[in-house]
Amino acid sequence: MLRAALPLLGLPLAGAGATEEPTQEPGSPGEPPPGLALFRWQWHEVEAPYLVALWILVASLAKIVFHLSRKVTSLVPESCLLILLGLVLGGIVLAVAKKAEYQLEPGTFFLFLLPPIVLDSGYFMPSRLFFDNLGAILTYAVVGTLWNAFTTGAALWGLQQAGLVAPRVQAGLLDFLLFGSLISAVDPVAVLAVFEEVHVNETLFIIVFGESLLNDAVTVVLYKVCNSFVEMGSANVQATDYLKGVASLFVVSLGGAAVGLVFAFLLALTTRFTKRVRIIEPLLVFLLAYAAYLTAEMASLSAILAVTMCGLGCKKYVEANISHKSRTAVKYTMKTLASCAETIIFMLLGISAVDSSKWAWDSGLVLGTLFFILFFRALGVVLQTWVLNQFRLVPLDKIDQVVMSYGGLRGAVAFALVILLDRTKIPAKDYFVATTIVVVFFTVIVQGLTIKPLVKWLKVKRSEHHKPTLNQELHEHTFDHILAAVEDVVGHHGYHYWRDRWEQFDKKYLSQLLMRRSAYRIRDQIWDVYYRLNIRDAISFVDQGGHVLSSTGLTLPSMPSRNSVAETSVTNLLRESGSGACLDLQVIDTVRSGRDREDAVMHHLLCGGLYKPRYRPRILPALAQHPEAPYCSYSQATHHVFLS
Amino acid sequence: MGATHSASEEVRELEGKTGFSSDQIEQLHRRFKHLSGDQPTIRKENFNNIPDLELNPIRSKIVRAFFDNRNLRKGPSGLADEINFEDFLTIMSYFRPIDTTMDEEQVQLCRKEKLRFLFHMYDSDSDGRITLEEYRNVVEELLSGNPHIEKESVRSIADGAMMEAASVCVGRMEPDQVYEGITFDDFLKIWQGIDIETKMHVRFLNVETIALCH
Repeated sequence: MLRAALPLLGLPLAGAGATEEPTQEPGSPGEPPPGLALFRWQWHEVEAPYLVALWILVASLAKIVFHLSRKVTSLVPESCLLILLGLVLGGIVLAVAKKAEYQLEPGTFFLFLLPPIVLDSGYFMPSRLFFDNLGAILTYAVVGTLWNAFTTGAALWGLQQAGLVAPRVQAGLLDFLLFGSLISAVDPVAVLAVFEEVHVNETLFIIVFGESLLNDAVTVVLYKVCNSFVEMGSANVQATDYLKGVASLFVVSLGGAAVGLVFAFLLALTTRFTKRVRIIEPLLVFLLAYAAYLTAEMASLSAILAVTMCGLGCKKYVEANISHKSRTAVKYTMKTLASCAETIIFMLLGISAVDSSKWAWDSGLVLGTLFFILFFRALGVVLQTWVLNQFRLVPLDKIDQVVMSYGGLRGAVAFALVILLDRTKIPAKDYFVATTIVVVFFTVIVQGLTIKPLVKWLKVKRSEHHKPTLNQELHEHTFDHILAAVEDVVGHHGYHYWRDRWEQFDKKYLSQLLMRRSAYRIRDQIWDVYYRLNIRDAISFVDQGGHVLSSTGLTLPSMPSRNSVAETSVTNLLRESGSGACLDLQVIDTVRSGRDREDAVMHHLLCGGLYKPRYRPRILPALAQHPEAPYCSYSQATHHVFLS
Repeated sequence: MGATHSASEEVRELEGKTGFSSDQIEQLHRRFKHLSGDQPTIRKENFNNIPDLELNPIRSKIVRAFFDNRNLRKGPSGLADEINFEDFLTIMSYFRPIDTTMDEEQVQLCRKEKLRFLFHMYDSDSDGRITLEEYRNVVEELLSGNPHIEKESVRSIADGAMMEAASVCVGRMEPDQVYEGITFDDFLKIWQGIDIETKMHVRFLNVETIALCH
């Protein structure tokens, strides 16, 4: 299929020549057609896009079929099923066409399949949690990956010296280090795919997932450095080259992050002015994020870091600037693209494994690699956690460490990198390919299958799926202020102090620059949560059959007068038994007013025609100035407002 | 502190009472002296010397919390005029991180203490309940940094939050039930499942450790 993608990259297809003479009848070259043909088969014209669409369709149908059986999906993660499906499909194609047609091509993977997934994760990353745990994440990403790479490479070389690896695997220490560097990186796609179904607590998830994203820089540098060293020949490597390698680590990571932040800034700034052209807002988000990815790729910087930083950085301002509909459009498009890309990746992984011309088996290498990556990962996690716990206020306990070591999954990135190796420079490439395939399959299938029972058995703290409540938001803010204040009193410039400083800076300068003026004025997180809860309540109210636009004549005689509404807000009047949060239609209009006259009209209409239920919970006895309304029949009982 | 002999005795006593280490106590003592201007006690006015505190929207409540008799464990209500070093440490001990060596019961106790501190901050009139007025007050202060949100909206937010609390604590209410306010038990219910003990702490420096972020 990916040869079919070549036209997408601007390269001509082999069969392009056929399109120049569409009227040629097959079997009669050079002769004019006998008559007007009613119907012509133009396969070559549509081959490329048709195949792409067909693959995506197959992937989606597979997903539907999997989810038909509840039992299967609760036991087996989707990624496993997809890889197995890929294997089956690959086998079929191999049997039919006698050669492996479709492969996971690194070009397509890095340019088209990986960006949506990374963008999706970067954009929806809980930034507060991410920065809270940044120290741990960076440690694991940088130190951990380096440790894994070197120890695995060295151990494999040692294995070879000990004779357990067959001599036909011609590889020196540098080759093994190169292999170690590409096999040691935790893969974001795999981690996402598996952890999504497991629901461990957020701290654990963000640490593993953050590590998988941030280690891209390290992997890129290590891979390139080792590759260049191999090309130069190990004898020619000088001390300065090592120093340059270390320096390039900083350049690649910081450069990638900088590129991402620049594009985030641009994106936020552009969305500030899209008020009249709302339709292009989602497009802008995707375009600029993709541009960040491509720019970083072009400059040999870490593209994953660029997109992650772009998503993280721009989200707050973009969400404030774009319209409600655009927000939904962005969210769903991102999720769809990411899910689609993930499905295709796993399927292609399965298919690529079938092509045995590309790999060569060596048991010693394969088994050794499997053992070493598991062993060294566990060892690395234990050591680093021990160091980190000296600094962390919430230490990571043994169970967390087990999940972290077990959750270090390898995936498609490793596979793509190994395919990119140059066989002429690295003669052992085929063996490496086979090993990588086995490792990826092992981690995705075996570890993916067993992680859920493991998590359950170890009683890992699961994510508490809290609906956002107003109280929580209020309390969180109170906390932040209290902690910042205590730090001020103690005179210690700790984490909360700096976060507070950043928020001040952001409020004064950044938000003013990047946010639309109307959004800037009322931006406040408490307000946002309140607003969102209101909208959700309103929607669920109508969904439950509540008639908001009831006839105006139905005001019950002894209901409190209208002026009281202003004081206690429509909330109180609509609420049944105090369940759920707030339904304050005034709110929806108060702040956004001036923008749409229709909103104002709708608001008045709703206010006038609202059913006033017979019951209003009395929170303040003082407010019950009006005579008790005699409680009429419970016809409005159906108008429960629940937090959906 | 006087002669070194009695000083170290005092330090050990304080260590036992508040749970801080002697290094931390030294550091906090230095800070105390700086804040109080070498006086043995601190008054409310001394907090004005902390420049960064000015920007904090709930400044008044926090300063008040330092002098609250309930937090100082000196009485059921009222405000002290001045606090000495031991009182200062008592307040600070609310923010100590949970010790990993503590068992489940102690953790629960710690959690309750921290939540009680928070509760006292909200319940300004010390009647044991957080009423709607007090809640409104808190929300107003929290949102005071933003001049564009109208008072109406602020009140609605407080109302909404109160409703939410009512629904969590009491569930369905009878028609003539009045929800007076959030008691401490209700407050605990709201906070069930949320790890306050891991969130509500400040790192107190030992002289050697340099903490950047946790």
